[in-house]
Amino acid sequence: MKYYFKTEGLSVGYHKKPIIKDIEIGLEKGEILTLIGPNGAGKSTVLKSIAKQLAIIAGTIYLDEQSVESMSGTELSQNMAVVLTEKLRTEMMTCEDVVATGRYPYTGRFGILSESDHKVVKEAMELVHVTAIKDQDFTRISDGQRQRVMLARAICQEPEIIILDEPTSYLDVKYKLEFLSILQEMRKKKGLTVIMSLHELELAERVSDKILCIDGKCVDRFGKPEEVFEQGYISKLFSIASGSFDEENGSMELEPAKGEAKVFVIAGGGTGRNVYRRLQRQGIPFITGVLPQNDLDYPVARALATDVIATEAFEPITEEHMQEARKKLTSCDKIICCKETFGTLEQANLELLRFAKESVKEIEMNC
Amino acid sequence: MQHSRKIRYIIAFLLLSISVLVFVAMNVCIGTVKISLEDIIASIGGGQINNSRILWDIRMPRTMAAMILGGALALAGYLLQTFFHNPIAGPFVLGISSGAKMVVALVMVFLMGHAIRVSSVTLIAAAFLGAMISMGFVLLMSRKVNNMSMLVVSGVMIGYICSAVTELVVTFANDAEIVNLHNWSRGSFSGMTWDNVIVMAVVITVTFVIVFFMAKPLSAYQLGESYAQNMGVNIRVLRVALVILSSILSACIVAFAGPISFVGVAVPHLVKSLLGSTKPILMIPACFLGGSVFCLFCDLLARTMFAPTELSISTVTAVFGAPVVLWVMIRRSREKVA
Repeated sequence: MKYYFKTEGLSVGYHKKPIIKDIEIGLEKGEILTLIGPNGAGKSTVLKSIAKQLAIIAGTIYLDEQSVESMSGTELSQNMAVVLTEKLRTEMMTCEDVVATGRYPYTGRFGILSESDHKVVKEAMELVHVTAIKDQDFTRISDGQRQRVMLARAICQEPEIIILDEPTSYLDVKYKLEFLSILQEMRKKKGLTVIMSLHELELAERVSDKILCIDGKCVDRFGKPEEVFEQGYISKLFSIASGSFDEENGSMELEPAKGEAKVFVIAGGGTGRNVYRRLQRQGIPFITGVLPQNDLDYPVARALATDVIATEAFEPITEEHMQEARKKLTSCDKIICCKETFGTLEQANLELLRFAKESVKEIEMNC
Repeated sequence: MQHSRKIRYIIAFLLLSISVLVFVAMNVCIGTVKISLEDIIASIGGGQINNSRILWDIRMPRTMAAMILGGALALAGYLLQTFFHNPIAGPFVLGISSGAKMVVALVMVFLMGHAIRVSSVTLIAAAFLGAMISMGFVLLMSRKVNNMSMLVVSGVMIGYICSAVTELVVTFANDAEIVNLHNWSRGSFSGMTWDNVIVMAVVITVTFVIVFFMAKPLSAYQLGESYAQNMGVNIRVLRVALVILSSILSACIVAFAGPISFVGVAVPHLVKSLLGSTKPILMIPACFLGGSVFCLFCDLLARTMFAPTELSISTVTAVFGAPVVLWVMIRRSREKVA
């Protein structure tokens, strides 16, 4: 297969000492690659090396089958734009001036912008919605606005490939989604290839065509999101000790309450999640059931409950499950029921509630 | 917005250019002997006037020197500020002038002791050597300290050491030389000859043109090295060029006029405020003009305020320049808080 962006045996690091060895990446034109990994794992080091800001220690980087090392500064800058975590140093520069610096590789000896350059600048600003702040001083805008201005700057460099180091970190949810949408749009329209690092795993999972996992020594995994986001993998990659990350849904939960569970929660269909989380906040351990494994409540229950009585997806609740549920319920002092009405396939849970009432337990209706 | 900015630039440049002309005229006219403007124009036209010798042998070269060296000084300051990303850097503050002064004093004393005439070119070469030595020290320090004030403090220290050595040399020099050397080592535009002016004009014009052609990479460099690199700038070449060019400018000034304080720091800031921009393509010529105006003005005061006694030029530049530096520092610290 022909890759647009490729690395071969790439080793990166500082002062000739490799930090991450043997990086093998292959990207087709227009693919989005996201680097994930714990803080300090070397994501920025990899990005900086790709952007030729750090001398690479071994291996080669190819852009459209040409070695990046052999490209001149101007040639590279017409193909590759960067948005770094490092702040842009400006003085008395408006946002428009900053965006216009992206035209640098295309201007003449004195760097004076032509009419067509101004047009590109204007379009880039419109694309990321910063036209309204174009006359404001770059140092006086918010971090989120600054990140968008920096994206406009990179876009107006008209690159084939764009390198972004944690571009969404200061953005609120609206702009996070917008930012990534712009990248997708650029990919669609101009075939832009994107390499970036993200801390938002759930976004990485959604936006990326490929994911590169870095764990501080080497590339742990490289592949499609569905290959990388295997159950339990993220917890391992990030050595998560308190709490958990649900790879399937891209959501995270805090550490479950410890101790013997004295509360039983009857839930289903998404009614229990908030109760589970409330109990976690209050530090109360609990048992919940009976939930089908494809229930909305199930991922949260699995993360937070001491015990979950669960059935296989799309399978009926068996007598075996009921016996287990009754036994566990008996050991509890309090029942929380999140359901008012029970559907045809939930009759077992209704029965469970009746059983609880008969054994005169404290029952809290939470519906 | 773009349009109103352009108007501001034009006004700023007009203002600076007119000021240069006005101050050149004032510097030539005013003095113990007053020369009228009509006389000057007549003399330029080839007519005979009373004080033609004072005009052509003393005032004119001195005024030209103040204009050229003042511009060079401000430009050197601007380049150093850009290089170090430090708003209070300048050839004097960083000890570069003092380094140049030291080597020039050593060379002068040595050559005069052997009764060899010291040429302008020798002086510039000696000053350049000294400037590079100081610059080397400052660069070493800048690797160790990443702090703007520490860099300046180390520069000031280097300056003190160099000045001490210079003082020592001057103290033990021949009596006859002392007067000249002493005046020069305090900084002064007096005693300029046309030969001096021609040499400095050539050196500084060439340097200025080179710097002007570097405006584009400089504008990228201002944004930070990583971004400049991504824009295709060869950082290493640019940095070496900046060091050498600012040293040549500083050396040229010291060789002819001795160390002059604060112009290099103050003028770029004043000019920046006037322009409302830091674009190198505007700043480079504007700094030059601004430095000329500032030095012409200060030399006029130095020469006339307590005539016939002459003040050292640094005395005057410090009075006007140091407050600007303070203002810059206060404004910056306020911005950091905000």
